[in-house]
Amino acid sequence: MIIIGERINGMFKDIKQAIQERDPKPVQEWAKRQEEGGAKYLDINVGPAVSDKVGAMKWLVEVTQEASDLPLCLDSTNFEAIEEGLKLCKKPAIINSTSAERSKIEIAFPMAVKYGAGLIGLTMDSKGIPKDSDTRLAFAMELVAAADEFGLPMEDLYIDPLILPCNVAQDHAPEVLKTLQQIKMLANPAPKTVLGLSNVSNGCQNRPLINRVYMAMAMACGLDAAIADANDVDLIEVAATAEILLNQKIYCDSYVKLFIEG
Amino acid sequence: MAVEILKEKSRASVPEVTIGATKEQGGTRTHTITVGGDAALPFHHFEGEIKHRPVVALEVNDIVPEWNENLLKYYRDVVDNPGQWAKKCVEEYGADLVYLKLDGAHPDNGNKSPEECVAVVKDVLASVGVPLIVVGCDDEEKDNEVLVAVAEATSGENLLFGNAEQTNYKSLTAACMVHKHNIIARSPLDINICKQLNILISEMNLPLNRIVIDPTIGGLGYGIEYAYSILERARLGALQGDKMLSMPIIATVGYESWRTKEANLSTEENPSWGDAEERGILWETTCATALLQSGVNILLMRHPKSVQLVKKHIDQLMVPNDY
Repeated sequence: MIIIGERINGMFKDIKQAIQERDPKPVQEWAKRQEEGGAKYLDINVGPAVSDKVGAMKWLVEVTQEASDLPLCLDSTNFEAIEEGLKLCKKPAIINSTSAERSKIEIAFPMAVKYGAGLIGLTMDSKGIPKDSDTRLAFAMELVAAADEFGLPMEDLYIDPLILPCNVAQDHAPEVLKTLQQIKMLANPAPKTVLGLSNVSNGCQNRPLINRVYMAMAMACGLDAAIADANDVDLIEVAATAEILLNQKIYCDSYVKLFIEG
Repeated sequence: MAVEILKEKSRASVPEVTIGATKEQGGTRTHTITVGGDAALPFHHFEGEIKHRPVVALEVNDIVPEWNENLLKYYRDVVDNPGQWAKKCVEEYGADLVYLKLDGAHPDNGNKSPEECVAVVKDVLASVGVPLIVVGCDDEEKDNEVLVAVAEATSGENLLFGNAEQTNYKSLTAACMVHKHNIIARSPLDINICKQLNILISEMNLPLNRIVIDPTIGGLGYGIEYAYSILERARLGALQGDKMLSMPIIATVGYESWRTKEANLSTEENPSWGDAEERGILWETTCATALLQSGVNILLMRHPKSVQLVKKHIDQLMVPNDY
């Protein structure tokens, strides 16, 4: 299970302020904290409020890499910002993200190939997030076909079947699980799967509980990665344990420690 | 039409462990031996590099062992002189390494003092130029005294010491750290303990490339398939990136083979089983060759003729089968 730390995001007040004032300290503190918590990638998102998205992305990438050796996941709807960020990445990054719209596919896939990056593909188009599993899967198939077409190795494609908050769209949770299972059958080797996990509990009262239960369920259905709270100790422990119970890692008494450090 | 060979690409490889140190490196060995480095399943040369060939060590004891005459007769003239015994193993029988067992330190086997054991090891070091594998007598308390003393007296030789076990690993790990040796981590046919012990040892800051694992084996007819599946699982884990199971593997083939009924029953007792010595040799050889396929890097053996057969087999297995 690959935990992508979600915390360096301009949606959070401290990061937003840090970007505005070009103060690297909060960013670098979160980079280190998330790495210590068990993150294997760091998501980098300048947030919606910044006007100069390219400049902010470049700055975030640079200051984050000063504090942590983890690879980055560049999170933006602005492909120019992503490409400028990719140029600065010391390790192969993940592009977050493209939808299954043809115009976006044609930009994102060649970019991922050019920079040796991974790519998160969302199972949606301009009309929004599908309600059911079948439609999600049809988009997933288009993303898989695009990987073939543009020469992106299937293991570098991360398909995100898009989870919605369970208090407003409860019917989506089982549809996403069904989709995860079926994505793994689309190709051999199969593409990877990812979720923006915390979204499942957005606006709910006991968010960590919902997050970790859903993660365990999703892992059983084939989830490989989650953009999540790397400093939620319970969540990390569940991820480590689920890997053992799914026979993905060989058990030993220190398996949680190994998950965090390994 | 050409057949397309399906190739599995490994994400990781087995670390390389070097045993022995030459004069320039602070020891007295004429050469060093490196094992591991496998980037594919055993002898799948077409999938990844098999960097170093598996090696064979012959066993030498510091006391006369209670071995079958078909085995002991090859060592009869040197059996009470470990130095000469080791020399014979290397010069006449082609051992890559010497596997020295300090059984005489055991309270029930003569209770040799640490000083006496140090003298034996030094004698063997002086008699041969190959790197040594040194193990204790399987009495935890005594081994902690003896092996620590030997590790100190051979500081810089970069030997391979055993055995660290889950209940008793700290003294030996510390001694190997301080005196720059390698360690054998032995687990009782249990992959989970195998992994845990590696974590415990590496938590004491001994680097992973100084550890060799002995997950324990069963001889042919005595659980070899169970051992095989554990070794194979460890190696598959290693190639998929599980660092804590990635170390080179050592197997006590001679010990397990020569304690079987099939290797010891005389020709007269059961003529239909054929000549006893030949049977023993083949038992040990078959056990070794099966285990080579599960990823064993160091074979600890006893009969000179088994060693010949196995080394010939390794020559053949190391011919690249590039498709």
